[in-house]
Amino acid sequence: MPYNQPHPLEVRVLTRRFGLPNSQSIDTYIANEGYQALEKATAMSQEEIINEVKASGLRGRGGAGFPTGMKWGFVPRNSPKPKYIVVNADESEPGTCKDRLLIEYDPHQLIEGIMIAGLAVGAQQGYIYIRGEFRYLIGVMDKAIDEAYARGVLGDNVLGKGIKFHLATHSGAGAYECGEESALLESFEGKRGNPRIRPPFPAVAGAYQCPTVLNNVETFCAVPTIILRGAKYFADLGSPKNGGTRLFCLSGHVNRPGVYELPMGFNLLRLINEVGGGVRNGKKLKAVIPGGSSCPVLKADECDLAMDFDTVAAAKSMLGSGGVVVMDEDTDIVKAALRIMRFYAHESCGWCIPCREGTTWLKKLLQRMDDGMGQRSDIVLIGDLSKNMLGRTFCPLGDAAAMPTIAFVEKFREEFEAKVAA
Amino acid sequence: MTFSPELEARFEKFLAKYPADRKRSALIPMLIYGQDEVGSVTDELVEEVAKRVGVKPLEVREVAGFYSMLHVGKPMGKHHVQVCTNISCMLVGGAELYDQACHKLGLGHKQVSADGFISLEEVECMGACSWAPAVQIGYDFYHQVTPAQLDKLLDGLKAGKNPDQITEVPKVNC
Ligand SMILES: Cc1cc2nc3c(=O)[nH]c(=O)nc-3n(C[C@H](O)[C@H](O)[C@H](O)COP(=O)(O)O)c2cc1C
Ligand code: FES
Repeated sequence: MPYNQPHPLEVRVLTRRFGLPNSQSIDTYIANEGYQALEKATAMSQEEIINEVKASGLRGRGGAGFPTGMKWGFVPRNSPKPKYIVVNADESEPGTCKDRLLIEYDPHQLIEGIMIAGLAVGAQQGYIYIRGEFRYLIGVMDKAIDEAYARGVLGDNVLGKGIKFHLATHSGAGAYECGEESALLESFEGKRGNPRIRPPFPAVAGAYQCPTVLNNVETFCAVPTIILRGAKYFADLGSPKNGGTRLFCLSGHVNRPGVYELPMGFNLLRLINEVGGGVRNGKKLKAVIPGGSSCPVLKADECDLAMDFDTVAAAKSMLGSGGVVVMDEDTDIVKAALRIMRFYAHESCGWCIPCREGTTWLKKLLQRMDDGMGQRSDIVLIGDLSKNMLGRTFCPLGDAAAMPTIAFVEKFREEFEAKVAA
Repeated sequence: MTFSPELEARFEKFLAKYPADRKRSALIPMLIYGQDEVGSVTDELVEEVAKRVGVKPLEVREVAGFYSMLHVGKPMGKHHVQVCTNISCMLVGGAELYDQACHKLGLGHKQVSADGFISLEEVECMGACSWAPAVQIGYDFYHQVTPAQLDKLLDGLKAGKNPDQITEVPKVNC
């Protein structure tokens, strides 16, 4: 069984097979619509598949929310080089724990999504980059891949149609930065996880400098449903320009933390209060991080909003990776800001100076504030330093560190002031 | 250096996953599975991996230093206790659990017990945020860990048990 009780308000599309007996097995998968979308896709042209994904309104679930069909469309069709599908299963944005369940309970759904992406761009090889800490999931995935080979789903003659597709897992070894797509590709090639300069983007020059589709686990997992039930079905589940459902990872001070699949655009307060059973111990809500630690915090009075990419962006935050971190009235915001900055300082790869030095000094400043040794001018400095980092780092890790910090200082300045040395 | 037949088989499988001229892709998977058997990223492991993927040992060392799970030259304990104190865990007692572990084990961050049996690390988010606070021992996950459960786990380890023998607190991964 999944780690938390399902909730009646959930719309279970990607998670519809969770909880079925033996949900990891290919038999359960095939008995429950499995590999029908792949069969259907083999009869579609590349354009038809890509157009279907475009029309579904599917946007990347890894963080940035980039339209998936459009990304696939950037892959040069006439390139003489081999093409690759790479799955980002690095799941390491604090607050996020959904890809893990998608692999654990329904690995074949992921395989099918990857293979359809392969058909769409003409790739014959896929790799699943799984963070090293998820060792047991590598076992789950390898077993599912072996089953798919044994059944003629993967291999040199996919479903007996003369199509080739091969798939393998790849273990990471601990580095948040390797979730960033270009650093992931470097790491995949056996190097340090430093980011690459872009453009070119992975669609043009990705794995081994070949055209590569790189998406998050959940993004691929949505694809079989889109092909099988149609773009319109998927689009209608969500809100305008935000197709489908999404796995929200509810954590922090709630009564029922857990991963819940809800339509895009579901109201954040309802997510906390109805699905999550409200703030625990009868406390009041203080703030919410709506999409993983890199997303600017929302104050309690900003939380009555639809959880889709555009609405959350309009509220000057981000839907990010779906990690909803709930903080009650007793939460020490300076401590929260410090802990998050300690993370980014630890994970900065050190490649570019604004990020390496910026996160280090912000960590020191926030530590000093939290220790009660800070000056009033430090509050300004924390804000300024963050703003100076924003947009000036080699990869978006620097932004990911700066954005939440700016919001913490701006929205909870009084908490920082209260800690200034007497 | 000789590896177990299982590891040899695994290495062979790893090297076969990637295009023939891209063996270097197997470097990190080989290091982490190699470390699991050898105990750390030793000079011998570095040399061997370098030879097999066709790069210089120095290049392997340069890569290994980047990754937090790779312990270059310095083995962690047989049972590596990792406590997450990142934001979701912190909000529900992760930092207190880490302090508790420090006191109970008499160890700090990345320190190893004298007999090499137990080590401790304060780690970043391990992807268990909705079941926080989370602890990993080796590759096994423990979710919504209470102070009493952590005590049981650590007492068991201190008594020389393997985590699987501490049945009062079962791991959650399948
Ligand atoms: C520092 C950093 C860490 C990231 N970590 C992850 C991650 O763990 N998983 C993920 O899917 N995307 C992560 N991303 C986003 C990826 O760069 C990439 O945009 C994403 O995998 C693309 O897939 P999508 O379009 O399906 O979202 C990260 C980005 C940055 C800047
Ligand atoms: S914050 Fe501890 S597991 Fe994610």
